[in-house]
Amino acid sequence: MPDVSRLTLKEAVSLAREEGPEKIIESLAQRVLQVGSKTNAYLHFDPDRIERAHKAGALHGVPISIKDNISTRGWETTCASKILVGYIPPYDATVIEKLREGGATLFGKCNMDEFAFGSSSETSAFGPVRNPWDLERVPGGSSGGSAAAVASGEAIAALGTDTGGSIRLPAAFCGVVGLKPTYGRVSRYGLIAFGSSFDQIGPLTQTVEDAAILMNVIAGHDERDSTSANLAVPDYTQSLHRPVKGLKIGLPKEYFVKGMDPEIEASVREAAKVYKTLGAEIKEVSLPHTHHSVAVYYIVAVAEASSNLGRFDGVEYGFRATNSTLRDLYFETRDLGFGEEAKRRILLGTFVLSAGYYEAYYRKGQKVRTLIRQDFEKAFKEVDLLLTPVSPTPPFKLGEKMTDPLTMYLSDIFTISVNLAGVPAMSLPCGFTKTNLPIGMQLIAQPFAEETIFQAAHAYEQETQWFKRKPKL
Amino acid sequence: MSFEIEQIAELARLSLKPEEKAKLKKDLESILAYVEQLKLVPTDSVEPTSHVLNLENVFREDRVHPAEVRDEVLKHAPQREGNFFKVPKVIDQD
Repeated sequence: MPDVSRLTLKEAVSLAREEGPEKIIESLAQRVLQVGSKTNAYLHFDPDRIERAHKAGALHGVPISIKDNISTRGWETTCASKILVGYIPPYDATVIEKLREGGATLFGKCNMDEFAFGSSSETSAFGPVRNPWDLERVPGGSSGGSAAAVASGEAIAALGTDTGGSIRLPAAFCGVVGLKPTYGRVSRYGLIAFGSSFDQIGPLTQTVEDAAILMNVIAGHDERDSTSANLAVPDYTQSLHRPVKGLKIGLPKEYFVKGMDPEIEASVREAAKVYKTLGAEIKEVSLPHTHHSVAVYYIVAVAEASSNLGRFDGVEYGFRATNSTLRDLYFETRDLGFGEEAKRRILLGTFVLSAGYYEAYYRKGQKVRTLIRQDFEKAFKEVDLLLTPVSPTPPFKLGEKMTDPLTMYLSDIFTISVNLAGVPAMSLPCGFTKTNLPIGMQLIAQPFAEETIFQAAHAYEQETQWFKRKPKL
Repeated sequence: MSFEIEQIAELARLSLKPEEKAKLKKDLESILAYVEQLKLVPTDSVEPTSHVLNLENVFREDRVHPAEVRDEVLKHAPQREGNFFKVPKVIDQD
């Protein structure tokens, strides 16, 4: 019998259609029991607690894993934070409803950076996630648990969330496919908010086709999220086999910078050559405000975060510090409940929104954000897609960037501007370093042009077959 | 830029341990020094972004939907009394 836990989502669905999903679920549970303590990819996994599909849907009971900032009715949801320990949402996020409707088994909840604050999945209050390719290295963050689970064969496919690169960086570091959809493509209802004008839920999968299958289930308008787009959702699997001949692909010069890892630069440039061979037209373009994106993000996103995290006060749910007065209860609950990175972002966000600083920081940040969006609008007048690296470095060692927050923030230098502009982008494997660590490339498209990403990503993947290489664990 | 950490922590309803304060203050000052780069970008004629995709306002009818989740919601209260969340007495507080 083939190793069932190594099936792609597409293969698992067709097996489950024939024989039911039980064999897949059991084999996957076995795998988690075997290697789960090495990766720490799951926060909540219990073989007796797997939520079997109640509906016959497109997924035929195949198990899907969920990042722990997505609300699951009746199932603890902590955002990897002590402040939410014991919190059991009384409702499902829209994406969870859609998975249930689509016949998915809800398999487990994945570890992450606390409240998605981080690029390495080390800020989790429940221990860091480790990279299945090298357990001494980080899996990227913040959806590190989802990415590591897919890479290690502990998940067939998973949902993550992306506010500044949190799907794409872990996808690149773990050698899997990750899509951040256009802002508004997938409902955010039931996603515990970090940066409400950035957050998107998206798939982390083994193949591009698997990402299309999952997007077909989760995308679409939702009246409970007024920022979700009221646009028809195409069948994304239909775009996979369109030829890339004639596509115009831009290489933005600001994404190939001095100091970046030479193996990464070479791999991405090699991918451009593959596209050229397939008949695409490659041209250099410029997104001149790219280098300001991290600065804008660490004003605007932390402002939104500090406001969103105001609701965690120990009154209605989650952790409460015992205290004699209500005022002290707020202060103590938040001090004991939040980790260091959460505190740093709450403080920074509170500062940039405070009287006297709002104009100089928050408003200035939103203005430069407009310039960054306009960079993309101009580039997409010339090309259909942008091709860039995902990260300037391969996966780094645990602890390496934990002492200096700014160094950690700069890990997202190639992913953040996508969230500032709201455009869709995918990270997919494009090679390996000499030391056998995965390298990812990023395809960026215009708003709601996910189909163009699927088309180009699938063609490249079929040509190169990187996805067939798996970590030995 | 000097970061008034105690004042900001007060606004954010965070009581910080003494050993945390110095480290956080230093981190935040270095992040603020980094974002100073934006001052060099001319933006006088630029509109700030309010929504990335320029969505219009969304309206719907204001209808009552029965939710019937009161018990489920109250189940998570750290402390409750009857159908209320219970907190310490609020008298003479700011």
